[in-house]
Amino acid sequence: MIPLSFYLIFAAGLFSVGLFGVLARKNAIAILMGIELMLNAVNVNLVAFWRYRMPEMISGQVFAVIVFAVAAAEVAVGLALFISIYRRRGTIAADQIDLMKW
Amino acid sequence: MIGDIMTSLWAILPVIVLALWACVLLLVDLWLPKDQQGSQQGESNSPITPLLAALGMLTSAAIVIARIGQPTMGFGGMMMADGFSHFICLLLLASGLVTIGLSHDYMKRLGIARGEYYVLLMFSLSGMMLMSMSADLIMVFLSLELLSIPLYVMAGIATPRPSSEEAALKYFLLGAFASGFLVYGIGLVFGATGSTSLQQIVAVVQSGNYNLALILGGAALIITGLGFKVAIVPFHMWTPDAYQGAPSAVTAFMSVGAKTAGFAALLRVFVLAFPAFSADITPVLWGLAALTMVLGNFAAIAQRNIKRLLAYSSIAHAGYIMMALVPYGQDGLSADSVASALFYLVAYAFTNFAAWAVVIALEQAGEKGLELQDYAGLGRKHPALAAVMAVAMLSFTGVPPTLGFVGKFYLFRTVLEGGHVGLALIGVLTSLVSAFYYLRVIVVMYMQEGEPEARREPWLQAMAYGSAIGVVALSIFSAPLLFLASQAVLKLF
Amino acid sequence: MFFQETVSQAPQFFGLVPWIVFFPVIGLLFNIAFGGMILKRSPAGEKIVGWVASIASGLTFVVSVLLLVSLLGHPEGMVVPLAEWIKIGSFSANWSFQVDTLSVVMMLVVSIVGTLIHIYSIGYMHEDVRHNGDPGRYGRFFVFMNLFIVSMMILVSADNYLMLFVGWEGVGLCSYLLIGFWYDKGEDGIGNAVAGKKAMITTRIGDVGMLLALFAMFWAFGSLDFNTIFAKAPQVAAASPVIILLITLFMLVAVTGKSAQIPLYVWLPDAMAGPTPVSALIHAATMVTAGVYLVARSADLYILEPQAQFMVTLVGSATALFAATIAVGQFDIKKVLAYSTVSQLGFMVAAVGMGAFVAGMFHLVTHAFFKGLLFLSAGSVIQGVERGAHHIEHDPKLKKQSKSLGPDFDPQDMRNMGGLRSRMKVTFWVYLIGAISLSGLPPLAGFWSKDEILAEANKLYIWAYVLLAIAAIFTAFYMTRQVLMVFFGKPRSAAAEHAQESPPVMTIPLMILAGLTVLGGLINLPEFHTLEHWMEHTLGQAIHKAEFVMLVAALSTVLALLAIVAGWWFYNPRRYEAFWAEPAAKRPDDPLRRLIGPLFELWKNKYWIDELYWAAILNPYIALSRFLADVVDWRFWHDWFHDQALFGGFNRLTGLLAGRIDLGIIDGIANGLGTLAQRVAAVLRSVQTGFVRNYALSIFLGVVIILGYLLLR
Repeated sequence: MIPLSFYLIFAAGLFSVGLFGVLARKNAIAILMGIELMLNAVNVNLVAFWRYRMPEMISGQVFAVIVFAVAAAEVAVGLALFISIYRRRGTIAADQIDLMKW
Repeated sequence: MIGDIMTSLWAILPVIVLALWACVLLLVDLWLPKDQQGSQQGESNSPITPLLAALGMLTSAAIVIARIGQPTMGFGGMMMADGFSHFICLLLLASGLVTIGLSHDYMKRLGIARGEYYVLLMFSLSGMMLMSMSADLIMVFLSLELLSIPLYVMAGIATPRPSSEEAALKYFLLGAFASGFLVYGIGLVFGATGSTSLQQIVAVVQSGNYNLALILGGAALIITGLGFKVAIVPFHMWTPDAYQGAPSAVTAFMSVGAKTAGFAALLRVFVLAFPAFSADITPVLWGLAALTMVLGNFAAIAQRNIKRLLAYSSIAHAGYIMMALVPYGQDGLSADSVASALFYLVAYAFTNFAAWAVVIALEQAGEKGLELQDYAGLGRKHPALAAVMAVAMLSFTGVPPTLGFVGKFYLFRTVLEGGHVGLALIGVLTSLVSAFYYLRVIVVMYMQEGEPEARREPWLQAMAYGSAIGVVALSIFSAPLLFLASQAVLKLF
Repeated sequence: MFFQETVSQAPQFFGLVPWIVFFPVIGLLFNIAFGGMILKRSPAGEKIVGWVASIASGLTFVVSVLLLVSLLGHPEGMVVPLAEWIKIGSFSANWSFQVDTLSVVMMLVVSIVGTLIHIYSIGYMHEDVRHNGDPGRYGRFFVFMNLFIVSMMILVSADNYLMLFVGWEGVGLCSYLLIGFWYDKGEDGIGNAVAGKKAMITTRIGDVGMLLALFAMFWAFGSLDFNTIFAKAPQVAAASPVIILLITLFMLVAVTGKSAQIPLYVWLPDAMAGPTPVSALIHAATMVTAGVYLVARSADLYILEPQAQFMVTLVGSATALFAATIAVGQFDIKKVLAYSTVSQLGFMVAAVGMGAFVAGMFHLVTHAFFKGLLFLSAGSVIQGVERGAHHIEHDPKLKKQSKSLGPDFDPQDMRNMGGLRSRMKVTFWVYLIGAISLSGLPPLAGFWSKDEILAEANKLYIWAYVLLAIAAIFTAFYMTRQVLMVFFGKPRSAAAEHAQESPPVMTIPLMILAGLTVLGGLINLPEFHTLEHWMEHTLGQAIHKAEFVMLVAALSTVLALLAIVAGWWFYNPRRYEAFWAEPAAKRPDDPLRRLIGPLFELWKNKYWIDELYWAAILNPYIALSRFLADVVDWRFWHDWFHDQALFGGFNRLTGLLAGRIDLGIIDGIANGLGTLAQRVAAVLRSVQTGFVRNYALSIFLGVVIILGYLLLR
């Protein structure tokens, strides 16, 4: 059987990829995708922990499902926001949205 | 089985009432007459929606009050309706009511009155209340999202104003980012102890069957996720932009509600689940609190926009409340730590609402009237409003006789009893620094000439005067309030 | 519902003590609510507003007298609780009043001098608001004055250090508000506001000391109540003397701020920007003596710590001499009195430092009388000269005759006065009484109290005696100089020539104060020691018996007479007129300069202390912030936030240069701290770029640092 640490390292890698996406990409949609990757890494973690540490309880699985649901809700709000901004400004590059600073 | 479900539902009845009320209100609002001349689509000038929303909050508050002194537990220990959550829920519901008072005329005046606004407010409020009750990390995450998502929308509700949209975008992206950290941290704690329930975490920790590195990493990420909501440095950078861009009434609600709920969760999670690791975690909290106080206060000095100034002030005050958390794990001090944090949250809520009420009264359409210079001459032209602002500024500074002074006093006392003299010193010195920009507001209001324009809207004024009077009166007779706060101490059943 | 029954059960009149706070509160609420309306509607509005405030203050005097009567029967006094304030765990601080012989003495002084000054202000402010062109502020003045009485009464009647601190901050606030009362006047239209700011910030440095003392006391004693602390003090001192030393030294910092001692005295002379009744009440008679009261109140702590006593004595006696010399070189009638106040406060601080608490309190009382009198008379003189100037402006014949006074005419400059003796008779006589009392000639009040301090110093610290005795010589000298320059000889300006006496509402309080100055010494005459026996009930073991040393008394009288003779020799009317008649280009500004030019220059410029603070504290701050801004900020952030840093850095650099050239040489400390804070703020501001990704990076870095700390420790 694959040891638990493989999953954890994979999840950490996935999380880092998402993190890189947030920090490096200019497009707000790409940033959102990065965030989704981070959440997916969490899901991998949760399911792996559940499977290896306490397969008799379902709380890990339930948590993963809740994370899915919440992520979906967030994306719904986020994309609506992006569309509204795109209509007004013709761009969703995060670096051009800097009316307020200092 | 049915009995279990009934007890569980009974435990969170105030939230259920509020959420259902909001759902019904969403439908009712559709049938209410709309203003035909409104420039905006779907603009609603009917006073019925806010009144109904207020009624819902009052109902919820009545349920909470009726149950004070009867702690209940539901959903297998995931939710706790205890003294702590009652205290927080009442503070939150009061904030919600004040926000309605601040919003009604303001939203109309800016042409962004919409019925959904009050529904979103109620949803967000129910998320905050759930957060104060959750005794399970899953519930913390879920209620965090329930409070945040409506707030994202509320921040952007002034669309098509670019700054409001921008505020919503920044708040949303960073909020989602931070909740990614939070949920990762919860995952690590889950992996370390095999449970997400605070009670079981404590049990596992006592049995010694856990992984220290994972649990510390998890705690760090939980601090990050919740620290973002309460605007702790270095997770604070969204705050000035979001506060400036969002409509002022939303900002007022955001700054009080989200902070209260965030600290409620931080207190409950750390005091209940992690007291065993306080030796490791306390230095981190110490550093964050010090950094927050220093940076928040210094950065505020450079601000000329009153909303940004109050945003940095809110960051600085997050640092002060964070101070209360520092000695959370010391023997016999956790009760003081919780009580002084709760008291300061009340002080902050009153003071903040007083200040924002004045900001709202002076704001003109098109984001005018928000510069510090627009306050020149307020003392002469609108002495009552200027007095409210002056009281708020003095309370923020911590000058007696205001609630801010009493709150700071308890905080410093808790910190000193914990033996963190250095932190108390930083707190005193930074509040000295804060006098610099708070007094400047007073100086501008009273000692410079100008012709400020302010609105005279009955509800707004009632909220302004009420908050200011509360700030002064409660400071003189603070004993009962502190008694309530110290009764709301956290304990396991 | 928080009122406790004890208030009504207190014996005799002790239960009335809360009213010393309530009466002025009622007065100020009345004037806030109706003052503006009354002033607008009624022709006698000013009288109503003024008398309401004065009566509110007068009623506190009545209450104080009743308390005095009660104390005669029960000299041990009592604590009258009013309401619970703070209670956490074992700690509690309440709103309760300490009525004992010490606090009642303070209450009496505050209420009697306060009431007289309120009445005087009815007349003074009537002209002052017109002279400054805004009669609408009349009501505000009396609101602030009543607020001051409230705060001062809280300060002196507190039974714990926390409540005392509330009063302490309250009087500071009132001082700030009243110094800046004409905030739109003064140098460049902000001079008075700047003076107020300087007072606020300088005394706040002292307040930090007070806070630290409070923390230390709470830490050591677990309480802030006077009685608890004093009871436990010997135990704690036996266990760890360092903590008592720390508490007393922190308190000393607070004293130097509030009572204007070296090194924080710089705010008091500038505080003369406030209206003259304010200078008399707050900056001479009452508020500035709060430090003396604090030390006397904490006598039980100070007697445990000889090192602290030594420091207090040193600070006090050094200040006494230092300020007395500066007073010799001043030309502004109020500045002379201001430095004299600093000097006399030095006498009191030195006295309480030596452990001569009774002597210190005695001098506090007599000083309140004669210095209040001197300031009020000075106000009368200034207004007399202003009236003269006004008279000339509105009489075309006179205007043509006399050279125009010009916009630069300074009615407070003693060089513009002279010969007022015959024009303002009452003012002259009361001023003379005050001056003689201050100079320390028997049998006026000032002689007895100052002599008691000197006698104690002679016994305890001979070096302090020398410093104080020299200070006393200077005192007699500068008072002679002032009286001669103001009242004798011929008028040296047209305004002084047409000066007019003040109305009775101003002169009657002056006469009453003059009476008190003459009789004030009676309260603690040698052989009788009334005040001493009175204080024994409160100070108990801390008291030590004063003796009247004939030699010391005779010596100081002779020295004072010699100083007066010297003053007469330099400034007698004939000599001064001859000096004045010389061509303006040839003669220096003062006859003394002929003899001791460099020394006079030093005194006139106040030893360049303000400038020294600038050089020693402000410039290093600027250099440091420059280093932070240029090296740390510039190099480090440059590559990071290219455009912002370039642009912001340029602004900072120019701002710094402009700031260095622009800022005048005043307010060293205050502006220095402010400048530093602003620079830091500007740096922090440039980090807030408005880019979402930078914000995310900040979150990420925070996580990395916290995780790194927790896992790699």
